[in-house]
Amino acid sequence: MSSLKRIITLILKEFGMVLRDPKSRIVVIVPPILQFFVFGFAATYDLTDIRYAVLDQSRTEQSRALLARFEGSVNFRLVSTLSSDKQIVEMIDGEKARLVINIPADFSEKLVRGEQAVVQVIADGRNSNVAAIALGYVNSIVQQQASSFAKTRGQLLTEPSIKLVNRAWFNENLVSRWYIVSALGGVISMLIVMILSSLSVAREREFGTFDQLLVAPFRPFEILIGKAIPPIVFGLFDALLLSGAAVLFFKIPFHGTVAALVVILTVFVVAVVGMGLFVSSLSKTMQQALLGSFVVFMPAVILGGFTTPIENMPELLQIATYINPLRYVVYGLRQIFLAGGDLHSVWPQIWPMACIAAVTLPIAGWLFRRQTS
Amino acid sequence: MIERGSSRMRLSGFLKKETIQIIRDPSSLLLGIVMPVVLLLIFGYGVSLDPKNVPVAMVLEDSGPEARELAARFKLSPYFKPQSVYSVAEAKELVNSGNVDGILIIRSDFSTQLAKEFRAEVQLILNGMDANRARLIQGYGQGTIGKWLEVRRARGKSGVLPPIIVEQRIWFNESADSTNFLVPGLLTLIMTLIGTLLTALVVAREWERGTMEALLATPLTPGEILLGKIIPYFILGMMGMLLSVTLGVFLFDVPLRGSLILLIALSGLFLLASLGLGLLISSATRVQFVAAMVSVIVGFLPAFFLSGLLFDLESTPKLVQIISYIIPARYFVIISQTLFLAGNIWSTILPAAGLLAVMAIVLLGATKKKLVRRLPQ
Repeated sequence: MSSLKRIITLILKEFGMVLRDPKSRIVVIVPPILQFFVFGFAATYDLTDIRYAVLDQSRTEQSRALLARFEGSVNFRLVSTLSSDKQIVEMIDGEKARLVINIPADFSEKLVRGEQAVVQVIADGRNSNVAAIALGYVNSIVQQQASSFAKTRGQLLTEPSIKLVNRAWFNENLVSRWYIVSALGGVISMLIVMILSSLSVAREREFGTFDQLLVAPFRPFEILIGKAIPPIVFGLFDALLLSGAAVLFFKIPFHGTVAALVVILTVFVVAVVGMGLFVSSLSKTMQQALLGSFVVFMPAVILGGFTTPIENMPELLQIATYINPLRYVVYGLRQIFLAGGDLHSVWPQIWPMACIAAVTLPIAGWLFRRQTS
Repeated sequence: MIERGSSRMRLSGFLKKETIQIIRDPSSLLLGIVMPVVLLLIFGYGVSLDPKNVPVAMVLEDSGPEARELAARFKLSPYFKPQSVYSVAEAKELVNSGNVDGILIIRSDFSTQLAKEFRAEVQLILNGMDANRARLIQGYGQGTIGKWLEVRRARGKSGVLPPIIVEQRIWFNESADSTNFLVPGLLTLIMTLIGTLLTALVVAREWERGTMEALLATPLTPGEILLGKIIPYFILGMMGMLLSVTLGVFLFDVPLRGSLILLIALSGLFLLASLGLGLLISSATRVQFVAAMVSVIVGFLPAFFLSGLLFDLESTPKLVQIISYIIPARYFVIISQTLFLAGNIWSTILPAAGLLAVMAIVLLGATKKKLVRRLPQ
């Protein structure tokens, strides 16, 4: 079993290269954990503390009742009460408030007469997503107030109305942090694994030690395994740690099975190592390897469904995402965490990643030999 | 004392060498020119936060004309793509397998309830895994029903209108098109990649290969070395930036309401801060592997998560907000979104630009100091 011995020697050497230097030891282990916490808090689409200003031109009981609902909401924070509509521009342009609620002078009259009263809301659209979400909150608060007005008028009983009853499965309160953090471990470990694996061959090539490795009595697949194992171990360690932190620290529910989690993360990390080594075998310097891995990583993240849904993409790009391993792990992790996925139900996410690994790893091994100058 | 002329000659020779290095290495050009184009195309065409044609399973248990009319409204809506199924169990199957995003149920008593009690319910059950998307879809559902009620009323059939309606205005981006804010944000990401990632390895590589010692032995002053490292990458970064702006404006119709010159000037300022960060990492670590990791950790990832590019900073805990104040990208995101969508609003731009300038000076100054410190013992 000299082949096994040779592989073990190689693996130990590869681990040594990362762990021997104290600086690189720290850089590999500490930051992913810190990042997870900082980004876990930062990455949410839910808004709290929306700064708003009020221009109440009606100044009646009804307008005050409506405004009281905003003051009582945890999502909103009143920053200023305006006295003229000229001030609106200054509030929005200067980013002093994200939205301005403008109640016209005839608000109460119309309500009392049974007509439709209008509330004008102006939002800062520089971040249109924030604006759309904030306006959604505004609408639901106004609706609550509207139905309580309607009730006092007894209107609902004489004219037909239709109510939409909303329910959301898997995430009843629609917390967007659940959506982001359950998949965040996959993204961060992908980055770490891509960089580690892409730099590993490129570094040896830059220093010329790779040629020595090639003339040593190693078979290409042995070198491949030796290069692949350390990033796989680091990546899997990170990904599992971050998944644990998601549950323990961010209180993300975990409805699935641990077996499914371990299998999907392992297959994912192997697929990413394949891509990293592929990039690595094409690069002559570490700079090329780092930049190359970003050229792969950036589109992979954007088209992985991590921050923006794949379903919103045009058909052609959706097809392109099938070669992106991140797509499968992001979806699979969410299934496992939120929808109670087990090995059977996440299998459709696992086998495509295994296919990706089965293509990229052998190509990388083959390129090791060819690319030597 | 060094003469002026010879200093200029030294610098131009050094610049030539650095430029040749960039041009010879395809990876720099790949990141500087090709990457912005690819990212912009992906962002512009591919990424959107606005759901359309959401597949839902529709269970229509009521065959009355009212129910069928409402169902037709959903079919006509650009936001929904209903697919008729015969039972709720069948619909659940489709949700669990991920084929549809939700279930729309119109119960068998819909018409009778509407006729008798004047109120009826429609149920919309969504897959809530993507909370943001689910919330937007709920809003579309509400809107579709509201439209139907309005149409009924216009036809003379009575129907209650809500007593209060919200007339909403989204300034600077009336249609709430997410491309309009993603493209200015992307500019920040591209310049961070070029400024920080590309340069992080530059000085570290020279240390690792031993050419830094050779460089320090030449009559080049640290200031000249710094300039020689900055200028070529600055030009590359500005090329990437101009390319992105051109594509954004002409291909994706993102409005540029502020001044182009101001945008170029402030982009330059941000690029200097990014370059300063990259070179500082490079000269502080002196090892390419560590420099690469650090530049990703303090340069790229915060620019993505802590800059307000995608996620709202004001909704994060205080500590995260405090950390975000030292991220240069945070200031450039607000500058570019303001210049693109709102115009030259000095009260927003000036403070952000001032802070960027301070950061650029501090980072470049620290790099120069690090470069002066000669050989390690």
